[in-house]
Amino acid sequence: MSELHQVGSRLGFEVLRPGFLTTVQDRGRAGYQRFGVPVSGAVDQIALRVGSVLVGNPQAAGALEIALQGPKLRLLEDAVLALTGAEFAATLDEEPVPWYESFAAHRGQVLDIQGVLRGLRAYLSVAGGIDVPVILRSRSTCLVAHFGGFHGRALQPGDMLPIGRPARALEGLTGWAAPEKWRWNDGSPVMLRVVWGPQDDAFTEEGRGTFLESTYQVTPHADRMGCRLDGPRIAHRLSADILSDWIPPGGIQVPGDGRPIILLVDRQTTGGYAKIATVIGPDISLVAQARPGDALRFQAIGLTEAQGAVRNLEAGMAELPAHLIDTSAWGGPAAMGEVPGAVRTLFEKPAGESANANTP
Amino acid sequence: MMSEAEMRQRQGETVNVRFLPAGDRGLVVEFGNEVSPAINVQVRALDAALTAARIPGVVESVPTYRSLGIEYDSSAISSEALQARVGEALANLDAGVLPPPKRVHIPTVYGGAYGPDLPFVAEHAGLTEAEVIGLHARTVYYVYMIGFAAGFAYLGGLPERLHTPRLPSPRIRVPKGSVGIGGNQTGAYPAETPGGWRLIGRTYLDLFDPSQEIPTPMVPGDEVEFIPISEAEYLAAMGEPRAPSHEAKATG
Repeated sequence: MSELHQVGSRLGFEVLRPGFLTTVQDRGRAGYQRFGVPVSGAVDQIALRVGSVLVGNPQAAGALEIALQGPKLRLLEDAVLALTGAEFAATLDEEPVPWYESFAAHRGQVLDIQGVLRGLRAYLSVAGGIDVPVILRSRSTCLVAHFGGFHGRALQPGDMLPIGRPARALEGLTGWAAPEKWRWNDGSPVMLRVVWGPQDDAFTEEGRGTFLESTYQVTPHADRMGCRLDGPRIAHRLSADILSDWIPPGGIQVPGDGRPIILLVDRQTTGGYAKIATVIGPDISLVAQARPGDALRFQAIGLTEAQGAVRNLEAGMAELPAHLIDTSAWGGPAAMGEVPGAVRTLFEKPAGESANANTP
Repeated sequence: MMSEAEMRQRQGETVNVRFLPAGDRGLVVEFGNEVSPAINVQVRALDAALTAARIPGVVESVPTYRSLGIEYDSSAISSEALQARVGEALANLDAGVLPPPKRVHIPTVYGGAYGPDLPFVAEHAGLTEAEVIGLHARTVYYVYMIGFAAGFAYLGGLPERLHTPRLPSPRIRVPKGSVGIGGNQTGAYPAETPGGWRLIGRTYLDLFDPSQEIPTPMVPGDEVEFIPISEAEYLAAMGEPRAPSHEAKATG
């Protein structure tokens, strides 16, 4: 097994309580779908990337994905951490920790991430990244094929997690916050933008209308593979079955029962059900945070508009790390007053009482 | 967004394909709607051409029975530019660039506890168990695609006599390496999963090894042959898992 650790990797966390499903994830495993290997990676890619930027990591760094019930971790080294995505009740040595803001944690302290308050999945980023071996070009855990991440599985009590060497001194990395636009915000019903196809022609005109005009509920069958919905049946023209073909990220397959399933990062690479439409990349993060019982609706947009949304997202994301690098040269948060306006809007220090996990 | 008809027109008359949008990151190039080596060869030829072209913004491509899925980063390449590049590749499509198929041998212990459904398959076919094994093992299968699970190969060529309906309700656990028949298909399970195929045997071969850059012993276009082995050989091999045996085969 090829195990590529960063130079200077060391043990960073001891797992005291693993939580419901805590896994190491990154941007995903591109290039191996042709071998049947699921892409894996963080379900909420936006939250993962913002978290990485907050602690000064490349956006592709490994982080912990936390679902529903969080882990309890003991720090084995001084570290800089950030929590992004869904909001959980969380403390560091009994003191509440902030959300979407980098903070210092010291060797011996205990980070206790408890139950989820809003949303479903959070990300714990650490300066230097979670440094598990790179397998097939990714640190992501592939739960279905049992490899990657930490020994191919979710965390268990007693696990010791390696972290990489931070690119910069820790002192300059604390106290950075993400601006409002990069924070996940829930709304109900959640409106998901979709592009028709690849098999919208397998459905009746009426079926396509049902899909757009109905409100669907997330069922308890919602995991990293897919999010199964309940609601009005979507009518196929002839049959739900197609010759198995590639399933794109966000593909919405509709099996014979007429209820849609939005396919997520651990999806099979190929499948034999017709896919009526595909959720656009930026909106997959909204699906990642949808909980059983939440209401979803679909809005069809054109490909040009969809790709415009992606370009906007990527342009914004590209600016985030560049600004972080620039500001660290000025001495970090203490020098924020001297930082030019453009940077201030990207990394605002929260005003006043910021250290409250419940404050968005 | 362009309609399919417009995209077909843009593509030209040379190769009859459909361009199907698959969200902001996906384009599916569909060559037909049937399982046939002729169509699958076109899929693989386009896959090979795009892989060789190393088009910036193309993340990966996924060959399946009758279509090629292309994942791309639309902030790096527009869908129009991608379709133009695919169109060029289609205009110059050449199956001659495909490598000669490998012949992959899958050593299989048939029947008994390893193939609990062999008696059913034999009865369904009106054959003895030995005849089923003989027929299954002397057939050369064609790898159409890998999918469903890491390392799971969809094989073509199961003799009609061996076509057997799936289990009425799937098993919760099919052991890793199980060789089975489901409808008109046969194959081997790379890992323990739920599954509805009739199990006729088991192999010790690792069908998925993430420590290898090419993590599966076979790729689309390869040939597969099941080689009957004894239980003693199976058990001996399980003590020390082996790399698959390959036999390069020259194309005629």
